[in-house]
Amino acid sequence: MRTQNATAYRFLTPYLLVFAIFWIWPIISSFLISFQATRTVPWRFAPTFNWGRLVGDPAFYNALKNTLLILVIQVPVMIALAIVMAVLLNSPLLKARGLYRFAFFAPVVVGEVAYSAVFRLMFSLDFGIINKLLESVGLEKIDWFSNVTPAMAVIMIAVTWRWAGYNAIIILAGLQSIPEDVYEAATLDRVSKLKQFFYITLPLLKPVIVFCAVLSIIGTMQLFTEPFLITERGGPGGGTETLGLLLYRQGFRSLNFGYASAVAYTMAGLAIAITLVQLWLTREPK
Amino acid sequence: MTSRSQRRLGRSIALHLFLTPLALVWLFPLWMMVVFSTMPDNGIFSPGIELLPHDNFLDNVANLQRDTNFIGAIGISVSVAVTYTVLSVLLTSMAGWALARYEFHGKGAVVAIIFGTITLPYAVVLIPQFIMVARDFGLANTWIALIVPPLFNSLGVLFMRQAFSMMPAELFDAARVEGVKEWRIFLFVALPLARPMLAALAIILFLASWNNYLWPLLINSQPGAMTAPVALGTLIGLTKVSWGGIMAGAVMLTVPMLIVFVLLQRHFIAGIAAGAVK
Repeated sequence: MRTQNATAYRFLTPYLLVFAIFWIWPIISSFLISFQATRTVPWRFAPTFNWGRLVGDPAFYNALKNTLLILVIQVPVMIALAIVMAVLLNSPLLKARGLYRFAFFAPVVVGEVAYSAVFRLMFSLDFGIINKLLESVGLEKIDWFSNVTPAMAVIMIAVTWRWAGYNAIIILAGLQSIPEDVYEAATLDRVSKLKQFFYITLPLLKPVIVFCAVLSIIGTMQLFTEPFLITERGGPGGGTETLGLLLYRQGFRSLNFGYASAVAYTMAGLAIAITLVQLWLTREPK
Repeated sequence: MTSRSQRRLGRSIALHLFLTPLALVWLFPLWMMVVFSTMPDNGIFSPGIELLPHDNFLDNVANLQRDTNFIGAIGISVSVAVTYTVLSVLLTSMAGWALARYEFHGKGAVVAIIFGTITLPYAVVLIPQFIMVARDFGLANTWIALIVPPLFNSLGVLFMRQAFSMMPAELFDAARVEGVKEWRIFLFVALPLARPMLAALAIILFLASWNNYLWPLLINSQPGAMTAPVALGTLIGLTKVSWGGIMAGAVMLTVPMLIVFVLLQRHFIAGIAAGAVK
């Protein structure tokens, strides 16, 4: 085929301009900013100013620890739940499929602010419906937002509620691309449904599940709105502060762009590492 | 044979016994959002358990409007989401078309850069974007600030590139032989053929803009320039606000999207399944 440079770039240029200005340049720029002291005018180059502070900052380790804790617990639980939802929604035995799909997929369209408000109200100490229900079955009410562990639990529950169905949609699409005759053969050979799930479904779904896991990890790593709104700026006492919230606090409350950029690049480093793990996990066998 | 159909029936019952409670738990927050939005504040903060809607919704909307100009913010959100969706669909489908259908210098590099940076967290670009838009361009609290920076999103490009490259080349070659210009082929042959994909992409982009929170929170923080989620977010955590009002706002943000979701479920699911979000 002959090259069509002029035509191609006429179609491509409008997007490329936006992409370069608001994505590529900022990626480079925030890397450079992380090596500058930004609270002096003019900014000055000081390579260890922010990064040196970062490695010795208890607030950073606290946010990193909280973020990783949420990741390690919430993502596997959510992915497992999403697999269960997808497999069961795909069952030919299911009646009123549309209603169940609506129940699990509806949270996908709910905005972060709206659902944060609802979860905050549902889990409030004295008048929250969750505590009222706990008490009505004879259990003690829980002070969800004054203690770190229950506050973290609320965040994980909220995120899981919001995103499990989203992952189930992707996994369901993966399931539907598995050819029927694989299962027919297994059924003829009297392989139980449970065994079919572990020995046929799961291995064939592996790339989709890894994709979902990576997407979820990168999303959860940037968690901001939930600790910002549900647990009131990462409370109690920084107990639910995440890297996303630390970045917001440093960058946009203290206007410390240099330090916030170092935090942002820490997140980028984690994302790159996770993406490499994904590529390794889903590599084509030689 | 009977035992086999009995086993089937047993499995079917077990399936529904497991899935129904799970579905109810999943619907519960949405249901409570609706219930709260119809209750007066003294009803929300009373010891009784209320699980059914009341009739206080319009009063709550009035309370919300007293706390913040929510109707105005909805107006901004709708205009921004519509404009963003139209522009983003246009830009990304043009780029996707070029990448799918032409050979040109730098093509490999463009594709490599898009793929190579797609998993970087959005947090990385937040600070430079803010400095650029607010300080260098002086565009904080404008519509441009809400609409233009998020147009960088590259998933639409990959989505449309995929859509266009699956179309048979003969469709376009026939038009070329007759001397039809490339941009007319794009507009009048390729785009109409891609309608289902465009619908899926448009829905996903609209939803992303409608629900976008962090960027509008940072860049449009003045009361008259806030989007609806940002305006609602400012009330959460304040002491002297109407929670019935906040819930009415949450319902106004959510229920229209739920209706769209039910009506256009197929496109929604196609868009998400193709990974066109985030």
